[in-house]
Parts: sequence; structure tokens; C-alpha cells
Amino acid sequence: MQRIGVFVCWCGSNIAGTVDVKAVAEALKAEPGVVFSTDYQYMCSQAGQDMIKESVREHKLTGIVICSCSPRMHEATFRKTAAAAGLNPYMVEIANIREQCSWVHKEMPIGTEKAIILGKAAVAKVNLNTPLTPGESPVTKRALVIGGGIAGIQTALDIADAGFPVDIVEKKPTIGGKMAQLDKTFPTLDCAACILTPKMVDVAQHEKIRIFSYSEVSEVKGFVGNFDVTIKKHARYVKEDVCTGCGACVEKCPMKKVPNEFNLGMDNRPAIYIPFAQAVPKVATIDPNACNMLKNGKCGLCARVCTAGAIDYKQQDEYIQEKYGAIVVATGFNPISMDKFDEFAYNQSKDVITSLEFERLTNAAGPTAGKLLRPSDGKHPHTIVFVQCVGSRCDSCAQKGKEYCSKICCMYTAKHAMLTRDKYPDTEVYVFYIDVRTPGKSFDEFYRRAVEEYDVHYIKGMVGKVTPQGDKLKVQASDLLSNKQLHIDADLVVLAAAIEPDKSARPLATMLTASMDTNDFFTEAHPKLRPVESPTAGVFLSGTCQGPKDIPETVSQAGAAASKVIGLLAKDKLKGNPCVAHSNEQMCNGCSSCERVCPYGAITYEDKEFRMPDRTTAIRRVAAVNPAVCQGCGACTVACPSGAMDLRGFMNEQIMAEVDAICK
Amino acid sequence: MNKSYLQEDLLRMSGVNPRKCMQCGKCSATCPAYDEMEYHPHQFVSMVKNGDIEPLMKSQSLYRCLTCFACVERCPRSVEPAKLVEAVRLAVIRQQGANRMTANDIPALLDEDTPQQLLVSAFRKYTK
Ligand SMILES: Cc1cc2nc3c(=O)[nH]c(=O)nc-3n(C[C@H](O)[C@H](O)[C@H](O)COP(=O)(O)OP(=O)(O)OC[C@H]3O[C@@H](n4cnc5c(N)ncnc54)[C@H](O)[C@@H]3O)c2cc1C
Ligand code: SF4
Ligand code: SF4
Ligand code: SF4
Ligand code: SF4
Repeated sequence: MQRIGVFVCWCGSNIAGTVDVKAVAEALKAEPGVVFSTDYQYMCSQAGQDMIKESVREHKLTGIVICSCSPRMHEATFRKTAAAAGLNPYMVEIANIREQCSWVHKEMPIGTEKAIILGKAAVAKVNLNTPLTPGESPVTKRALVIGGGIAGIQTALDIADAGFPVDIVEKKPTIGGKMAQLDKTFPTLDCAACILTPKMVDVAQHEKIRIFSYSEVSEVKGFVGNFDVTIKKHARYVKEDVCTGCGACVEKCPMKKVPNEFNLGMDNRPAIYIPFAQAVPKVATIDPNACNMLKNGKCGLCARVCTAGAIDYKQQDEYIQEKYGAIVVATGFNPISMDKFDEFAYNQSKDVITSLEFERLTNAAGPTAGKLLRPSDGKHPHTIVFVQCVGSRCDSCAQKGKEYCSKICCMYTAKHAMLTRDKYPDTEVYVFYIDVRTPGKSFDEFYRRAVEEYDVHYIKGMVGKVTPQGDKLKVQASDLLSNKQLHIDADLVVLAAAIEPDKSARPLATMLTASMDTNDFFTEAHPKLRPVESPTAGVFLSGTCQGPKDIPETVSQAGAAASKVIGLLAKDKLKGNPCVAHSNEQMCNGCSSCERVCPYGAITYEDKEFRMPDRTTAIRRVAAVNPAVCQGCGACTVACPSGAMDLRGFMNEQIMAEVDAICK
Repeated sequence: MNKSYLQEDLLRMSGVNPRKCMQCGKCSATCPAYDEMEYHPHQFVSMVKNGDIEPLMKSQSLYRCLTCFACVERCPRSVEPAKLVEAVRLAVIRQQGANRMTANDIPALLDEDTPQQLLVSAFRKYTK
């Protein structure tokens, strides 16, 4: 028989205002196993905890029930208290009489009655509790960062600077992400390349960092501290360690008409290419869909001009196996497709472009060498119309865009408008907006400068349609403040397209068993208090894969993710959660029901030898739970038709005892 | 008619929820009849939302809308302003008199040249 102590907390007036705490303590005294019951103003305070410890010793308690706030709040606190008093921490149960009782009821008699019932259930459970000890597993002291944009770069640098080895897997031939494509950056207008490329070089030269570019993660197994990852390195047909990045091949390649993805298809590149001058790693890559040699064996020019002998037309995809203790997702974002927005004539006219294309058009390393020229005829545009919120803030029924605000477009549009007026004072620049959203340090000031100093015409209203006519774009829009419909003959229209997570994020999330929201952004373990951790232990989030962000926010989050990883890798061993599932092999019939429902892939099957009642042996397939992977969600215990699965700390028997106590 | 009752009636008839509107003005930006209207599509939506319906019922704007559905197509919030315009038109017609048509009148009106759709729609409009 247990010797149980009950401690009823007032939580100031939070609980005591609606629950008669003394009556609860009194009523629970009569429950089986209870040898001591009391109440106190703040159980979680030092004095409250001391009282618990004192009572454990004085009354030789073997179990404790705390009637207080939600276990999410203070279960850990009271488990520590119990441990300090020499009790197994899993002999503590919390009856939530705050969130689920005093806060939702208004009348004292009802609140009190419910609190007593909840207390009785907890007592019934503690009577069946057994001491539990968490298992331990070792930690592989190496981190994997998936995605090499500014988020991945910063996270990798911070982890590596703390002394732990890091691998970056980047699917493109170079790291850098979207920031490498930007021209100048708000709010200070420093050039993106000037602040990004030194960091890229730091990554390349860091002795603790390895870069797997042109690579993807193809399989993830294991669990926190012990991930087994397979990385697929795509054949680039150039030996990375031999290529010097001289570019002789790029110059000589005769297949010069491949749309250049780095400039968003606004100019062409050869079949063998280096995405941009500061690429890291700076090695050439052959595009197998364009190269004549790879397609039909004719050409081979690049191999002849390459003095280093780096070209290898026979190169194969390579698979690399590595172990990691932690994984950081930094897969970033992309602007959405404009295909569903016919009204803006994006697919009809070359002079309707997205904001990211505008960045390339104004970038010194871009297709026009930084001169703002119309893509259609190379002429200088005089009237430029920017449209904000294209595909952002849409109703889900509209099925065209995204419901969220993309957060960065108000600011980059102000930047584009301001820079255009600064460099080309002969232009008229219009910005159509629904609201201008500029919270952030020095952000609103920046937008006001665009209006006040640079005379950008900000117009509240949306553009309804854009019609190409001759060499003009007829823009029809509303000006809500002066209650007019406007007709503008524009030379260039720039669409602030909504951003969305990279399309590869969803399959990656499945591989990692990390959860996502309906927009495919990765979800945090807690939206406020654990913003850089995924709910899956050992998986961390960095940058825009978690939600729209600008560079300052991305970099802070990247650093935060790194510090969480460092905290994990600094440990030699990890304590697990002992409340995990286990199957009773005698009862398990190997039906696979549990394996199918387990969201973490913790269940496998083993063929085991059993002695049968007739003294023969039989081989039977039975479920086995990996306690380090199991998160204790309990899905399998419900799915198991034979009642073989049970959850330690939440055994079926304990749950039934609670239900009985409630229904008594 | 009671103001809030009228508003409720309009919302029920049109199936539109004007609270979804974010006043972006894309409907008015797209409307080919804009210049002929006193109240523009986005104003229609906000006026119905605010229960400010009498002025709409009296306005010529009602009959300038071409029912082209451009606003319905482009609205990012799926508000469907044209359906509200149509509902206000219906409300006006219904207020012009009590039942002008009963189900019993229909058989007499049936003939080969009259499309049945016309009768259905007339019945809808002229019956309270
Ligand atoms: C037009 C425009 C202008 C902007 N201007 C500014 C500005 O002036 N100031 C500012 O602060 N912010 C600006 N931003 C925002 C800025 O670009 C982002 O905040 C920043 O790039 C986010 O970095 P990231 O690393 O999270 O994502 P990304 O830059 O998208 O990097 C993600 C990386 O991960 C790689 N990747 C994706 N999936 C996988 C996979 N499955 N496996 C391996 N690798 C993968 C991608 O190839 C990419 O390299 C602008 C954005 C746009 C669109
Ligand atoms: S072999 Fe291919 S990549 Fe090399 S030069 Fe010829 S076409 Fe270009
Ligand atoms: S940041 Fe501005 S432009 Fe972008 S979706 Fe939000 S409100 Fe619209
Ligand atoms: S387009 Fe839709 S959301 Fe925008 S003002 Fe019109 S009705 Fe409202
Ligand atoms: S349906 Fe009427 S209100 Fe809507 S765009 Fe057409 S004319 Fe304008």
C-alpha cells in the first residue's frame, strides 16, 4: 500500500477564489492510501516545496499528489522537489485544478466538487504508480544543417565556432540562398554580396565545416543524439577537389542558351556553369539536360580546355552515410508562382516581373549589369508600378494565394521604390498597397523616407488589372483615399509575390517526422517559448523554413538554433523520457497496427523464439519499441487490438483507475 | 423594414460575408463600370457590413453594375461583391409591392416562346 501525501495549492486567488481548498484537502484525506493532506498559498514557492520535502520525511510518503496548475507548468518543478526528498520523481501526480477547474468555473460549490473529483483520480493513479528510471543514450557530436542560405550559414558557423563539426547539405551547386541574389538590403542598404560573401568564405575555410553542395538528404533514421543520415551527392561531372574554378570551360562551352536560374531566366548560361563569381564551392557544374556530350556523346570541349583535368563525364551520384547528434532545417523559401494571377499579365508581358527579378535587374552582377532596363526591349522605364501583397493575405476559399502576410515585401518594395528614385530621378514610381506594414527597428522611418524624401507615390488600393498595349502596360487600379479609379500607362510592373516554403520541405519533414503547418512551414515546439526547436527531439529550425522573415530576424533565429544545438552536443549522454511504450510479447500477435500509427517510427518487429505450452518452440513476430525514439504519445496503446501495448507511467490500468475514481 | 433585418436578409440572399473584406479595393480597381457608379464595389461591401443600406437602395449604382463578376473573380478574400449588388437589387424590387405573382399564376404564363428560367427568376423577384 502506498503512503500518499496530498498538497492543495491556492495559487493565490487563482484557485482559492473558486475552489474551497480546505474542503478539497479534507475530502481527499479519506481516499485510500492518503496519510497526509494539506493546503498552502503557493505550493511552487520555496516555502511550499520545503513543506513537501518535510512532509515526505515526516510521514514516510511513497507518493505525492499536487492539486495545482497544469502539469505543463510545474510537473518538472514538483518532480525535482520529490527527488530532492529522496522519492522517485515519477511517484508525483498533478491534479490540474486551475486551468481545467477554477479558471473555467464561476461558482465555488461546482469548482470545489470538481477539484475533489480530479484529486481523487490523481490519488487513484498514484496508488498504481511505480518508480521509473529514464534510460541514457550517447550523443554523436556532429550537427547536420540542411540548406545553405544565410540561415544555414549562420547556424553552421555558430556551431562550428563552439568546436563541433558541422555538415551543410545544399541542393544547389553553391551555398548563399536567396540573399546571394539580392542587391542592396533594407533597412541600411548595404549590399547583400558585401555582407554575405565573407560569411560564405568563412564557411568554406572553417576546419569544422564540410559543405555538401548539389546534394540532398535522402534518408534519415535514428533519434536525437543518434541520427543516421544518407546524403545523396548529385553527379556534377566535375571533380570538386580538382576544379580550380578558373572558368575556362564556361567560356568555351558552345551550348550557351540555357536559361540562367540564378538570374531567374532573364539571361542565359552555358551547359557548364558556375552560378556566380563568389560561389562556394567555386567549382563548375555540368547541366546534364543541356550538355551535348552527356546527351549524345558529341563535344567534350570542356574536358579539352580544362588544364586541371577536372571534367569527368562518367561521374555518378554518390551516397554518403554519416551520423549526427542534431539536425537543423534551414530550407528557406521561394516566391510563389504567378500562374494563377492572370490579371497582372505576368505570363503575357516580359515587363511584368516579380520583386526577386527586380533585384537581379538592379544588381551589378545581374543580366543588365545593374542598369534598370525593360526586359522586353532594353529601354529605360519611366513609369514604374509596384504592387504589394500579390498572393499574400488571401482567403483560403480563393485558392489562389496564401492566407498569411509575407512580412518582407512592404519593406523590400519601399527599398526598390526608393533606390529607383535615387538612381533615376526621371522616373515616376507608384506603390499600390493595402496597408504598409513596417514594424521593426528603423523600418517605418525607412518607408517614410521613400515617401517624403524620394517622392514615391504610395497609393492605398490594389491594382485590378494590367493590360499590355503596344509598348505600354495599362494599369487599372483604385485609389481608395481619393475615391478614384486610376489608369496608369506603365513601362514596368513589379509584383511583390508572396513567399512560400521550399517545395522540398514537405518530403523532408516526413523523413524527419517533424511537423508542419497547413502552409508547409515547419512548426515550433512552442510558438513563444521554444521557437527554434521542432516538436521532434533533436530537430531544430532556422530561418524562413519556419515562417516569413527578413535577414536580421533570420540571423538571430539561426544563432538561437545553433545555441540549442550546442547545448545538446555538449552533453555526453541524453536522459530519455521513461514514460514510453512497451509491448507484452506474450500478448502481441505481430499485426503491425501499432507500427502504422506511430508518428515517430519507434516500433519495429522482431522474430523471436517462444516456448509453447506443449514444450515445442515457435518463432513469432512481435513488436519492439525503441525507447529512445518513442515520445510517449500513446497512439499505439490505443491501436493495439490485443492489449499488448502499454505506456509506462500511463498504463491502461492506471487510466482505468482514474476513470473509476471520477465515476464513483 | 427594420434595418438589421434587412441586412440579415441581404446576407442570407447573397451568401456573402462582408466581414471577410479587408478593404483592399481590388474589386473597385477591376470594375468596368466604376466611373458610372456613385458607390463602388468595395463601398457596397462596407456599407452593407455597417447596415448603411438605404442609400444603396436609392442609388443608381445598383443598375450600373454589369454583373460581369470581375470583382468576384479577383477578390483575394472571396467576398463576391457582385452578389451583394444583386441582393440589394432584389431587396429594392421586393419592397416595391407585395406579392405580384403567385404560384397559381405560372401555368397561365407558360408558352413555347417564354424561357422557363425567366418565369423562375420572375417568381423569385416578384414574390415576397
Ligand atoms: C525580393 C526580395 C528582397 C528581399 N530583400 C531583403 C532585404 O533588403 N533585407 C532583408 O533583411 N531581407 C530581404 N529579403 C528576405 C531574405 O531574402 C530572407 O530573409 C533570407 O534570404 C532568408 O534566408 P534563408 O536561409 O532562411 O532562406 P533561403 O535564402 O531561401 O535559403 C535556403 C537554402 O536552402 C536550400 N534548400 C532548400 N531546400 C533544400 C533541401 N531540401 N535540401 C538542401 N538544400 C535545400 C536552398 O537551395 C537555399 O540555398 C528579401 C526577399 C526577397 C524575396
Ligand atoms: S561537354 Fe557539355 S559542358 Fe562541356 S563544353 Fe561540351 S556541351 Fe559544354
Ligand atoms: S508584408 Fe506588406 S506587401 Fe507583403 S503581404 Fe504583408 S502587407 Fe502585403
Ligand atoms: S476585393 Fe474583396 S476584399 Fe478587396 S475591397 Fe473588394 S470585396 Fe473587399
Ligand atoms: S460585377 Fe458589377 S460591381 Fe463587380 S466588377 Fe462587374 S460591374 Fe463592377
